[in-house]
Amino acid sequence: MTLDVRQWSATYGADSKPRMGFFTDTSICIGCKACEVACKEWNQIPTSIQGFTGNSYDNTIALGANTWRHVAFVEQRLPAGVEEGASPVEASARAQAINWGVQTYQEGDGLRWLMASDVCKHCTEAACLEVCPTGALFRTEFGTVVVQEDVCNGCGYCVAACPFGVLDQREDDGRVWKCTLCYDRLKDGLEPACAKACPTDSIQFGELAELRSRAERRLDQLQSAGQRRAQLYLADDENGVGGAGAFFLLLDDPEVYGLPPDPVDTTRDLGSIWGATAAAGAALALGLAAAVFGGRG
Amino acid sequence: MAVPQRLPPVVRQLASDRLGLARAAQTKRSRQLKARIVDADRVVQSICPYCAVGCGQRVYVKDERVIQIEGDPDSPVSRGRLCPKGAASEALVNSPKRESRVKYRRAGSSDWEYISLEQATDMIAERFIKSRRESWEQEDDEGHPLHRTLGIHFLGGATLDSEENYLIKKFFCAAGALSIENQARI
Amino acid sequence: MGSNMAEQHPVGFQWVLEAKERGAKFIHVDPRFTRTSAMADLHVPIRAGTDIAFLGGIVNYILEHDAWFEDYVRHYTNAPVIIKREFHDTEDQGSYADVPPDLRPAGLFSGWNPDDLAYNVDTWGYAGTSVELGAGKSEQQADVSGEQAHGAHGMELEHGEPPELDNTMRDHHCVLQLVRRHFARYTPEVVAGICGCSPDHLIAVAQALCENSGRERTSAIAYSVGWTHHTISVQNIRAASIVQLLLGNIGRPGGGLLALRGHANIQGSTDIPTLYNILPGYIPMPHPVSHPTLDHFVELNGPSTGAWGNLKSYMVSLMKAWWGEAATPENDFCFDHLPCINGDHSHYAMMMRALDGGLKGMFCVGQNPTVGSANTKLMRLALAKVDWLVIRDFQPTETATFWKDSPEHDSGEVRTEDIQTEVFFLPCAAHTEKDGCFTNTQRLLQWHEQACEPKDDCRSDLHWVYYLGKAIREKLRGSEDPADRAILELTWDYPVKGAHREPDAEAVLREINGTGPDGNLLASYEELKDDGSTTCGSWIHCGIYGDGVNKPARKRPRSEQNWIAQEWGWSWPKDVRILYNRASADPAGRPWSERKRYVWWDPDQGQWASLGDSPDFPGDKSPDFVPDSDAKALEAISGDKPFILHPDGRAWMYAPSGIVDGPLPTHYEPQESPFKNVLYRQQKNPTRQLFSRPENPYNPSGSDPGADVFPFVLSTYRLTEHHTAGGMSRSVPYLAELAPEMFCEVSPALAQERGLTHGDWATIVTARAAIEARVLVTQRIKPLTVHGRTTHLVGVPFHWGGVGIVTGDSGNELLSVALDNNAHIAEYKVATCDIRPGRRPRGRGRLELVEEYRRRAGIAS
Repeated sequence: MTLDVRQWSATYGADSKPRMGFFTDTSICIGCKACEVACKEWNQIPTSIQGFTGNSYDNTIALGANTWRHVAFVEQRLPAGVEEGASPVEASARAQAINWGVQTYQEGDGLRWLMASDVCKHCTEAACLEVCPTGALFRTEFGTVVVQEDVCNGCGYCVAACPFGVLDQREDDGRVWKCTLCYDRLKDGLEPACAKACPTDSIQFGELAELRSRAERRLDQLQSAGQRRAQLYLADDENGVGGAGAFFLLLDDPEVYGLPPDPVDTTRDLGSIWGATAAAGAALALGLAAAVFGGRG
Repeated sequence: MAVPQRLPPVVRQLASDRLGLARAAQTKRSRQLKARIVDADRVVQSICPYCAVGCGQRVYVKDERVIQIEGDPDSPVSRGRLCPKGAASEALVNSPKRESRVKYRRAGSSDWEYISLEQATDMIAERFIKSRRESWEQEDDEGHPLHRTLGIHFLGGATLDSEENYLIKKFFCAAGALSIENQARI
Repeated sequence: MGSNMAEQHPVGFQWVLEAKERGAKFIHVDPRFTRTSAMADLHVPIRAGTDIAFLGGIVNYILEHDAWFEDYVRHYTNAPVIIKREFHDTEDQGSYADVPPDLRPAGLFSGWNPDDLAYNVDTWGYAGTSVELGAGKSEQQADVSGEQAHGAHGMELEHGEPPELDNTMRDHHCVLQLVRRHFARYTPEVVAGICGCSPDHLIAVAQALCENSGRERTSAIAYSVGWTHHTISVQNIRAASIVQLLLGNIGRPGGGLLALRGHANIQGSTDIPTLYNILPGYIPMPHPVSHPTLDHFVELNGPSTGAWGNLKSYMVSLMKAWWGEAATPENDFCFDHLPCINGDHSHYAMMMRALDGGLKGMFCVGQNPTVGSANTKLMRLALAKVDWLVIRDFQPTETATFWKDSPEHDSGEVRTEDIQTEVFFLPCAAHTEKDGCFTNTQRLLQWHEQACEPKDDCRSDLHWVYYLGKAIREKLRGSEDPADRAILELTWDYPVKGAHREPDAEAVLREINGTGPDGNLLASYEELKDDGSTTCGSWIHCGIYGDGVNKPARKRPRSEQNWIAQEWGWSWPKDVRILYNRASADPAGRPWSERKRYVWWDPDQGQWASLGDSPDFPGDKSPDFVPDSDAKALEAISGDKPFILHPDGRAWMYAPSGIVDGPLPTHYEPQESPFKNVLYRQQKNPTRQLFSRPENPYNPSGSDPGADVFPFVLSTYRLTEHHTAGGMSRSVPYLAELAPEMFCEVSPALAQERGLTHGDWATIVTARAAIEARVLVTQRIKPLTVHGRTTHLVGVPFHWGGVGIVTGDSGNELLSVALDNNAHIAEYKVATCDIRPGRRPRGRGRLELVEEYRRRAGIAS
């Protein structure tokens, strides 16, 4: 099954294109939200004013039917010396640096303000695509995953299937909307709107293979500059979604940004899930029996 | 080998996309999608109207209406990039809140009324002349020339073009209405 | 410092990040931890309004550690110049008998006149020179500040040479020694006490600057309104310029003191000003005493050496552009047609005038003072006393609707029917609907081309003022009133085009460029004449249409030229991209280092060569050029003096003229501060401009009784997601969505102290107003320890108002009008306040709350 999924390209024959994607390097994201706006402008997405959230400078809350790019703001304070793997000498040097007020990259006096622009991951093993009963979701010639608005009937199966919570139904029309990686622009050789606008090139668009090697180099650079927690997220195929068309360089663990640390294609293990369900059902039955028959012992 | 698109979906699926997740599921609309700016009647080079970085913009026009504004990759200042405000420029020029008619509020009135642009220009000219005359200062107490009115104040934004500022400065100076100011003072 | 570049100039910030990737260190000194700080190698929080102390500490460090760039300083700055021996610095004790004895020096320069609250500047000049104020006065009061300040453009010097120099820079009275003594007490410990940072912070910043300056390296300092929005605004920038001059960072690639301006054409609206006190190209507006002749005006306002030595040519060419044939040598080229200033006629002064009933009409063109100006209630009360008001904007703003909806309506203080102001709302054209130039923050003029016609009544401002002018001229036709001659004789006939008969912006640009005797477009301001044979609407822009080419419209792609990109747009003067770039070469004309090569003397060609920029220096003037003893204007500038706008060709660490509050920057506390000035007995800038009246009460400050009623520091600012007073952002759905509600930012410690709940409401109170805001409790706002006491900051974005897709209380309601007297700019960046949990009272209760605070603080209502 997996092999077939990866052969999307062949279905397009001569029209197939190299797999395209996003590399979002959050280490240079300045949280300006140009991506959110450029996305909405291009895709003519309705506004949905949510009011003041109190969630740092984030007032659009999460990815959804009306927010296809979302910038997360994470304010965190790291006590001196807590960094994983820091030797006592390093920890004490860092504590001293903080006490002196001499600080390091993005770390203030232990204070970091992490910003990261999230987007649909365009998974290799895309549960949304696999559960869609109408064929509204499909994989394009660029390897991206797109909801076709002329087919979607708003059944919502994909919403539950997405391990990242990306897919979402729009309140007024019930259909599901998400990032298309600007499918229309790609067809005409244009860069997606968010990547084009991004002032610092935090969002990079290109052929996935090239982006991945660029990301490796960037990670090495950051780690050797002392960014011990820097890590790539979904940058290879060794994860529960078999790799992603949109991957990230994060400065901390994924959960810090509200990303699932170990996302899994919800359809991947259907067989074992059914098995587990049966076992759970049996256990439940036993439990119930115990409660009913043994409760007054 | 590519399967001709004119075949029914089920045939396409069986032929090359057995799971029906890629080309077989592609609708005609998806197949024919194109970036709307490709159809623009013209593209003009512009500059972002928000901050003073001066990012290059490309303005796409179709049927005499702006349909999209994007960064100008040729610009050595911005390299095609825009911030959220710059990226919202199309929504600025096509904002639903934009008012396109002249409005007038009479003294003491609780409502706007609509008047023509010509009438407004005429009324403002009348008031300008009257106020100027009433507050004209020819010279100071010591007989030095003043040639001015302090009865009229102009406060401009800083999104006016240099040519506009020039004509405003020129006319208001000639009229002696010297208190012209702008956002640079704010 | 004083800039939040990542948030306010995100696309410009790409270059900072790129420099950082290439090894540059990026330091952010700012009261708040912003999106800029998040990207910095080092963020140093300091108390709002203490930048001069911090910068003075850096000056002190540079001098104490002998880290200054000696060759640059000696040849290119006025450090070796001897100042009058009668000059007394703020550090000199004992000259002010009326100030009570105190360990601290008085903190005043010589010449202070407490009766006039102004300095007599006779003692401030270069030794051996005489001083005459631009406006013929010896004291710098409101009417002679800014460009009118005594010799704002410099003093008279024979052949461009200061009379007394000590090239060893050891003389007690030379500028370098004065600077050294002036900042001697600005030690890391003292500075840290004032700013609330650690001494190591200051040392780290100073070290980084010193290590990254010199022959091989340069450092840049960027600032923005975080420096200008103070009662010490000009001196903040002066302080940084001393740092940059000591380190040799001006006129060189990668160096500079960069003003990051906030609006598309705010630089342009200063260069070709809609400002009361200057004419195009920074020529002072005439003052009554500069009459009766043009020659007298020129004598009082332009030194005869340096680029200003040709002031008469600039002025005559301007008046020829404006009055054409009517301007003749016999009538002094219509010099009498120009209005005169003899006081502060700036925005705030005029609003006070309006309050007093002296203003009849007002135009707000793309400006929304009831949100954007300080003390917005005062603005509305003033507008209600104006006979007529014209608003030009995208949609009616808070200013356009002040008569029907305002906080005063809510509190019952005003009623719509009582407001007798007539209001005209004229819809404007967007930037895509007209041709024209914006001048960006680096003086680069870039043309924007019309994409389509504006609809209905929407028009450009060019259209508006042109047809208004025509209507007025038509109505005045045949008038015999001498006052109308300047209008009737004005050249006011431009070609028009398009459906709306728009004046042709290119024709206006050609007038700005200027023409020679045969009508040809001039190429440089050096061609301007004082005999009426040339015209030029703005001398610094001469050449912008040279060779008949609209140079701002040049858009050769960046990929086809080097990084200087000189075929993209045009910058004044003479398309110079780095000002004073002759300083990028050593006195002999060689690059200071190969790494920093930019402009250099090519002896074979007998010309200045460059990497692609225009040399900001006469092209064939050799480095060893020595002026004749009777030389004037540019001819009087030596071949090794790059700062050609100054009469001595030197950059001024010490400003002998042009500044009202002293030749050297001095730490004063803001108008409203929870602390007393530990360095001087003088608490605040003695020349600051106040408007003490019931509509503009000031909070008690420092050790004044009642100061504890407003214990916290307040700062107003804006966000990436919004644009100033909101006229171009709160009406744009996608921007409104990103910052939907008014909020304030406080530290967890302050939230605890005042019982504020994250996400809930708080009320912020000053003597002016009470506003409400949602509370964002954040560790990014740090309590600072100042003089051993904890101080809290309340951060307030100011964008919101009553009109738009998203609405809320306006931050600037809270501020007072207290101005820097050089620039008449208000102290938006620091005031004091109180903050309390919960929403503000509605109706009359809001007013009563403010009154209660005033009573407690001892402020008369």
